[in-house]
Amino acid sequence: MSQSYNRGLVEDFGRWREFSAGMWAWIFHKFTGWVLIGYLFTHIAVLSTAMEGAASYNSTIQGLEGLLMIRVLEVGLLAVAVFHILNGIRLLMVDLGIGLESQDKSFYASLFVTALIVVASVPTFLGGGL
Amino acid sequence: MAERYSSFAPGGTSWLLQRITAAFLIGVLAFHFFQLHFVTHAFEVELAGTQARMENPAYYLTMVSFLIAAAFHGVNGVYNALVNQGIEGTQKTALKWGLTAAGIVLVVQGIRVANAMAGVSIV
Repeated sequence: MSQSYNRGLVEDFGRWREFSAGMWAWIFHKFTGWVLIGYLFTHIAVLSTAMEGAASYNSTIQGLEGLLMIRVLEVGLLAVAVFHILNGIRLLMVDLGIGLESQDKSFYASLFVTALIVVASVPTFLGGGL
Repeated sequence: MAERYSSFAPGGTSWLLQRITAAFLIGVLAFHFFQLHFVTHAFEVELAGTQARMENPAYYLTMVSFLIAAAFHGVNGVYNALVNQGIEGTQKTALKWGLTAAGIVLVVQGIRVANAMAGVSIV
């Protein structure tokens, strides 16, 4: 069964107190998507130093990775990517009609598993080589 | 029935391609993160190691497919999000072609970089 409804403009953040789990999931998915496509352009730009040879590529990658701020930002990137992946799986399930009635619980599970993976990855991302 | 939130009209080509690329990207993005942060630590990355990976045809093809799928998924996602926000008319047309051009530039440059890493030269 389908039904139409007027959900209003979700991007009107003045309404944030009224947002349901599904609306938060949608907003988080869009936000993380914007970050990921923005990062992809930056990523290809940085990797383009490979066209200049080993010295340029190695000093760029190792110079960036030597900065604590970059590693902290990479933890943020991991969080964004993991959430987008897990919530993306949830969206594929919802589109297939699987688990629609528990879509709020699967959103909370996506957040929880993202947090677990990110916290467990912090030592690997921040440690070594600094 | 629970409400369904999406920037995409279900059933369209754009929606279907977004889902197909999503299914592919779920696995490859996770693999990419794991490969370049846990197997090889990011701070250890050097061109020689990158070249060794990219000279493997399966790895090269996976990475180029990853690039194309991610560029399409990202650009298509941004386009549909903005259309869903209510953009229309000339702005919508300019957005469509601007994002298409940006996506093509991203893929072409990404393939040039991949070729440089794999030692593939195209005249």
